[in-house]
Amino acid sequence: MDIKEIIFWSLSTIAFITAIYTVIAKNPIFSAISLLVCFASIAGHYLLLNAQFLFIVHIIVYAGAIMVLFLTTLMLMNLNEETEKHKPAIAQIAALVIAVALGIVLMLAVRKANVILTMGPITGSVGDVKSLGTVLLSEYFYPFEFISVLLLSAMVGVVLLMKKDKTAALK
Amino acid sequence: MESAFLIEKGVIILVVFGITMLIALYSTFAERVLAGYFQDRLGPNRAGPGGLLQPLADGVKMFTKEDFIPDTPNKVLFILGPGLAMTTALMTSAVIPWGRQLTLFGYTATLQAADINIAILYVFGVISIGVYGIMIGGWASNNKFSLLGAVRASSQMISYEVAMGLSMIAVLMVSGSLSMHEIAENQHGFIDWNWHGHKFAWPSWYVFKQPLAFLIFLICAFAETNRTPFDLPECESELVGGYHTEYSSMKLGFFLFAEYVNMFISSAIIAIVFFGGYNYPGMDWVHNHIGENMATIVGTLVLFAKIFFFIFFYMWVRWTVPRFRYDQLMNLGWKILMPLAILNIVITGFVLIATGA
Repeated sequence: MDIKEIIFWSLSTIAFITAIYTVIAKNPIFSAISLLVCFASIAGHYLLLNAQFLFIVHIIVYAGAIMVLFLTTLMLMNLNEETEKHKPAIAQIAALVIAVALGIVLMLAVRKANVILTMGPITGSVGDVKSLGTVLLSEYFYPFEFISVLLLSAMVGVVLLMKKDKTAALK
Repeated sequence: MESAFLIEKGVIILVVFGITMLIALYSTFAERVLAGYFQDRLGPNRAGPGGLLQPLADGVKMFTKEDFIPDTPNKVLFILGPGLAMTTALMTSAVIPWGRQLTLFGYTATLQAADINIAILYVFGVISIGVYGIMIGGWASNNKFSLLGAVRASSQMISYEVAMGLSMIAVLMVSGSLSMHEIAENQHGFIDWNWHGHKFAWPSWYVFKQPLAFLIFLICAFAETNRTPFDLPECESELVGGYHTEYSSMKLGFFLFAEYVNMFISSAIIAIVFFGGYNYPGMDWVHNHIGENMATIVGTLVLFAKIFFFIFFYMWVRWTVPRFRYDQLMNLGWKILMPLAILNIVITGFVLIATGA
């Protein structure tokens, strides 16, 4: 086996195990930490595909920002196994149905995709910052700007929701 | 991948690791000597000549003390915390260019472990996961003071990362590259300034092109390394010992040591990004008259001189400036530094368009 294949299979195994443990872990902190390891191994896959920028942005955004916020919230709420309530049966069934439906949709999407089986060395400047920036600001300029406006409006919305209603407090 | 390449990189990694450890070790000594000087007392002077063996004595003390583990439901995470803090502190040094090329026995080696084209982003990535050691350790201690310290650390580091990243973007706009090696190379040589008919040759360091970015980055570096005036995660007057209250023996040593390693690495990043790295006046002259190896060695020594100045600066500030209050810390980060950094980006953009760069 080639060294890239060994790395690929070990990363995949880690990602798979930690993803399952994220769901089945009783302690929410352990769940969050195994999700973190899962993110790291997926980032490793990006690196194998020579997508360096995607790799590091994945680490910064998911591992560095989102999971830190998750963990902080979990620690502040101090959730434990004892305090976890049992969900009612209808919620459990609904969750199962949604998960299966989502799984079917994803599988259909994968089936329709063109499978590229050649796993040759990926070289050149496909995934580096320069080519990505050039493509984003030329070919995909309008979607890129629309996404930034969307994110900005979401941010403004959150600030608006967080503001306390001062008129209600006066009454 | 040839074996010579692997050996070269392996040697560089080991040497950098050794030097980092040595500098962190003697930073603790330097801090205590400087603290003694600032407070008009003697400082450590018993172990060895002038107290020079004090770090070794501290190390022996740390290793031989009782390794106490509190009654916590998460012993694994409790042990994982200091290890993570140390690992993330050491990881950043991989992308730092310590010098130019060195030719030994007909083999040319670059004094850098990995010259990747996302080096700056890599630094930010490692910084952003650096908080996990403190968070996990503080939470697993099962102690209210530790938890408060951990929560403070995480919110402080997230807040200051934003301003830090934005200040760096202005520098990247000038440099046009994310590679640390290229950023250092871009600061080679001089700019000619013409001021009322007087001609000045000024080093083309980014601190002169981006003074505001440097100031913001420096303040954020203090916050990211949890140094005074932003050492609220371990604020001893409120939180006993902060996130490491429950730690003892070498686990505590790892947490304290990681802070000094972070200090060294962030000083190195400041020196390379803003103060020209291994470039020094007369580098070309040395290169042409004495040889490439000499130019590289002097460059590396110059880089370390710059790094030592910033380590000294960290200590200077620590024993001079009092600690911030928590709301002041958050106000400074979100309401002053972040808007200033965005303003700096806008100004840089306009200047770059106006000068046609």
